[in-house]
Amino acid sequence: MDIAINTSNSRYQVDKNGYYGRFGGAYIPEMLYPNVHELQSKYLEVLSDPSFQQEFEALLKDYVGRPSPLYFAKRLSEKYKAKIYLKREDLNHTGAHKVNNTIGQILLAKRLGKTRIIAETGAGQHGVATATVCALMGLECVVYMGSIDIERQAPNVARMKMLGATVVPATSGSKTLKDATNEAIRDWINNPVDTHYILGTAAGPHPYPDMVARFQSVISEEIKKQLLEKTGSAHPDYVVACIGGGSNAAGAFFHYLDEEEVKLVAVEAGGKGVHSGFSAATTQLGTIGIIHASKTLLMQTSDGQIVEPHSISAGLDYPGIGPMHAHLYESGRAQFLDATDDEALAAAYELSALEGIIPAMESAHALAKLKDLPLNTDDVVVVCLSGRGDKDLDTYIRNMKK
Amino acid sequence: MQNRIDQLFAKKQHGVLNIYCTAGFPKLNDTLPVMTALQQHGADLIELGMPFSDPLADGPVIQDSSTKALQNGMSLHTLFTQLAEFRQTIHVPVILMGYFNPVLTYGVEAFCAKCAEVGIDGVIVPDLPMAEYESEYRPVFEKYNLHLIFLVTPETSEERIRKIDSLSKGFLYAVSSSSTTGKDKNMNDQQAYFGRLKSLQLSNPVLIGFGIKDKATFDTASAYANGAIIGTAFIKAIEHSQDIDKTVETFISGIIQ
Repeated sequence: MDIAINTSNSRYQVDKNGYYGRFGGAYIPEMLYPNVHELQSKYLEVLSDPSFQQEFEALLKDYVGRPSPLYFAKRLSEKYKAKIYLKREDLNHTGAHKVNNTIGQILLAKRLGKTRIIAETGAGQHGVATATVCALMGLECVVYMGSIDIERQAPNVARMKMLGATVVPATSGSKTLKDATNEAIRDWINNPVDTHYILGTAAGPHPYPDMVARFQSVISEEIKKQLLEKTGSAHPDYVVACIGGGSNAAGAFFHYLDEEEVKLVAVEAGGKGVHSGFSAATTQLGTIGIIHASKTLLMQTSDGQIVEPHSISAGLDYPGIGPMHAHLYESGRAQFLDATDDEALAAAYELSALEGIIPAMESAHALAKLKDLPLNTDDVVVVCLSGRGDKDLDTYIRNMKK
Repeated sequence: MQNRIDQLFAKKQHGVLNIYCTAGFPKLNDTLPVMTALQQHGADLIELGMPFSDPLADGPVIQDSSTKALQNGMSLHTLFTQLAEFRQTIHVPVILMGYFNPVLTYGVEAFCAKCAEVGIDGVIVPDLPMAEYESEYRPVFEKYNLHLIFLVTPETSEERIRKIDSLSKGFLYAVSSSSTTGKDKNMNDQQAYFGRLKSLQLSNPVLIGFGIKDKATFDTASAYANGAIIGTAFIKAIEHSQDIDKTVETFISGIIQ
C-alpha cells in the first residue's frame, strides 16, 4: 500500500495552491492560519516518510483488517444483469471506510506533537472511527455531533462514549453535520496549539480534501489489484459510490481518475425528491460559494445563506460537496445521480434479502442507482459498500412496518 | 474624498472606541436607531455585522444575534436598503463585518460598488484570506476606496503581521487571543502580545478586539493600541432593550467616562 504520493500531473488532483479547477482553497479566518498552514506545509512530507507509511500500512492490515474483500455479488448481478462487485468497507473495524482516514490522521497528529483530537460527525461513523484511534493512541478525544443526529444515531453515541470520547451536541443551525463541523472549527480556533482536527470527509480547507482522499485512496488501490485477480482486468466499467462530503467516493475513484474509460458515478442524497425542499443533492441544487473554508458547490439561498439539507441518512445530510467532487462534476469526469430516501431504503432491503448484507443507509444510496445505469451483461460494476447498517436498524425497522 | 476611517485616525490616535452590532438586531428596523445612538453617545467607529447562517469565527452570543437577524428577515439587499440614506445623519466611519459567502454570492464588485454608493468606509471579512485578496480582489476594493481590514492574532508571526500590515488599510484588527468572539481570556497574559504589537511600529493604526467588555479591558487595550472593539458585551446589552437610545447611552458611558 502507498498513500498515492505521485499524483501531481493529474488534471483531477489538487494543484499547488490547493485548488481543483476553480474549487478548493483555504478560506479560513486568521485565527486558524497557524494550524492550517502547519498542515499544508507538512502533510506531504509526513505522508511520504517511509516509517509513516509502514506504520499506516501495519495498522490498516492488523487493526482495521485490510485489505477489505471485493465480493462478487452473484444474486444482485443476476437481478441487474451485470457483474456487480461490492467493495466491502463495511467489514472494516468500526464498520465503515472512515477508519482509513482516522488512522492516517492520528499518526500525522502524533508526528506534529498534538495531544488533543477533535472531530465532527454526522452518522457517527467518523466519530466512532476517531474515538477508536484516540483510544488506541491514548489521546484525548472530543467529538461534535448535531443534537438531531445524536438522537437518530444513538448506538454510535454509546460507542463513542464507551471508547472514552466526549460527545458534544451541536445545537446551532440545523443541528446536523454542517453545524457539528462549525463547532469543531470553533473549538480549533480556541485551541490552536495542542489540538489536531480530524476532519472526516474530503471537504474543508486545503489540505484536508487532498489528505483525506489520499488516506482513502487505499480503497481504489485494492479494487484494482483485486479486480485484476478476479477478472483479468483492473478496470471496471463503472465505479459507484455515495457522496455526502465525499470521502468514500474520493477513495473509490482516486486511482481511476485519469483512466477515463472507467465511468465514475457519485450518488447524492435526493431526500424526499430533489425539488421537494427536503434534499441534499448538492450538484443539482447548489451554486458556487464557501462552506467550511472551501470554495465549492453548496446549497444556499439567493442571499448566500447556507440552507439546511435533508436526507434520511445522517452521513449524507450535508449542504456541500468536497471541492474535488465539485471539479469532477463540472468537468464531467464523474456522473452525479441522486437517490431518494425511499429508493435507498428499498435498496437496503434488497441487498439484505439477496446477499445477506445489511448496508449502511449511506451506502444504500449507491446501490439504489444500479437500476438506473444502462448496464450490459458484460459490464463490470464496483459499488463501494462504504459501511454496515447496524447503526441504521431503528430506521430500517421503523420503515419495514409501513 | 479621503476615507472617513483615515480622517478619524488623523485626528484621534488614542482611545478610539469601535462598537460592533449585528444589522437587523434585535429587531429588523433597529439597524439605524442603534447606529444613531452609537454616534450620539460617543462611539468613534461603527462595525455593522452582516448576518450569516454559519459564522465560524463567532462565539454563541454573536451567532445567536446573527440567527435572530436572519429570522427577522435581514439580508444584504435589505441592509443596503436600510443604509440608502444613512449618511444624511451619521458621520462616523462605518465598517461592514461579515463572511465571504454572502459577499461572493452578491458579487464582489457589486458589493463594493454598493458600499461606496451608500457610504461604507471599510469591510472586515475574516474568512477572505490575504492571498486570495491580493491575487483576486484587491483592485476592486481599492477602486471603490473601500478599506479591507485584516485580523492578526497572538499566533501570527512578525513576518506575517508585517505582510498583513502592508495589505491592510484603515487599521489592523488585533484579535486579543486565539478564540472565537466573546471568550473570556486573561487580559494579563495578552499584554506581552499587545506590547510586541506596539513595538513593531506598524504603518496602520491598531484596534484590539475579542474579550473587550468593560472600562477595565477597554483601558488596558487602549494603553497598547489606538483603541478597541466591543462586540459581544454590546450585543448582550441591547438584546432585550426596551429603549435603544438609553441602553446605548448607559453602555457607552460605562466604558469611556
